[in-house]
Amino acid sequence: MEKPGQIDPADWADRYGDYLFRYAVLRLRDRSAAEDLVQETFLAALKDRGAFSGKSAEGTWLVGILKHKIADHFRRLSREVSLGEDDPPDPAGESVFDASGHWAAGPADWGANPADLFRQKEFLDQFAECLSDLSPNQANAFTLREIEGLGTGEICKVLDVTETNLWVILHRARMLLRRCLEARWFAKETGKGS
Amino acid sequence: MVRKRNRKGVMMLSCRDVTQLISRSMDTSLPLGKRIGVRIHLLMCKFCERYEKQLLLIRETLRMVVDAEEPPEGASVEVLSEEARERIRKALRNP
Repeated sequence: MEKPGQIDPADWADRYGDYLFRYAVLRLRDRSAAEDLVQETFLAALKDRGAFSGKSAEGTWLVGILKHKIADHFRRLSREVSLGEDDPPDPAGESVFDASGHWAAGPADWGANPADLFRQKEFLDQFAECLSDLSPNQANAFTLREIEGLGTGEICKVLDVTETNLWVILHRARMLLRRCLEARWFAKETGKGS
Repeated sequence: MVRKRNRKGVMMLSCRDVTQLISRSMDTSLPLGKRIGVRIHLLMCKFCERYEKQLLLIRETLRMVVDAEEPPEGASVEVLSEEARERIRKALRNP
């Protein structure tokens, strides 16, 4: 198939365009920003093609460049979100736990496994909806952690938050996402929502 | 002193505390005392046990989405719009 070391920018848009676009849109949740990043990635690759070692496949090299662009994008965003404007004090907590810190209404039994969930197109749609209900900070942190798979140290640098802060943000994001998925999907599926 | 506080911490973990620690354990390794406290709590608390399972289920499902070469059957496939594709072709011709 693809020979390592060989670069052919003329058909990049056709060969890798959709793949890179899917990669970007899953992480950015913004089609036009994703299109821009794909274009920036190709242009950066073109400029920097001397650095292409040929050790990896061309597609892998391009994804590597795109990953940097995505991190830059989140860095820019985090500068635009002024501190304190985001994240109400305890969005997940109060209705979930009683005064003594025990579940007021505990999680329902989902009885699902990932392979089944993954096959259901609706699950992914509901997931995207639930993610968009989070605050930008929560959605971005969650995406960088669980979709892009960055470590917390890296995410702290990108979003310019402390590690303790990030733990709180991720905890709230997970709490809200879980609850949202249950409400939108599992409760409907099993007919026994809480 | 420290030890006493730790032991008290282990005894006193509420579901609210445990959910926080479960989340943190997905990002970093917890100190031993906290880890044991969480495990003991999970043995006794069906809801927190579910909570942890469900967070891991979400993580695993997302991992499958990310690793998949192709989206699941029937899912809307995201592709570049023709305008964007044309714009990119042009940009690559005249960088």
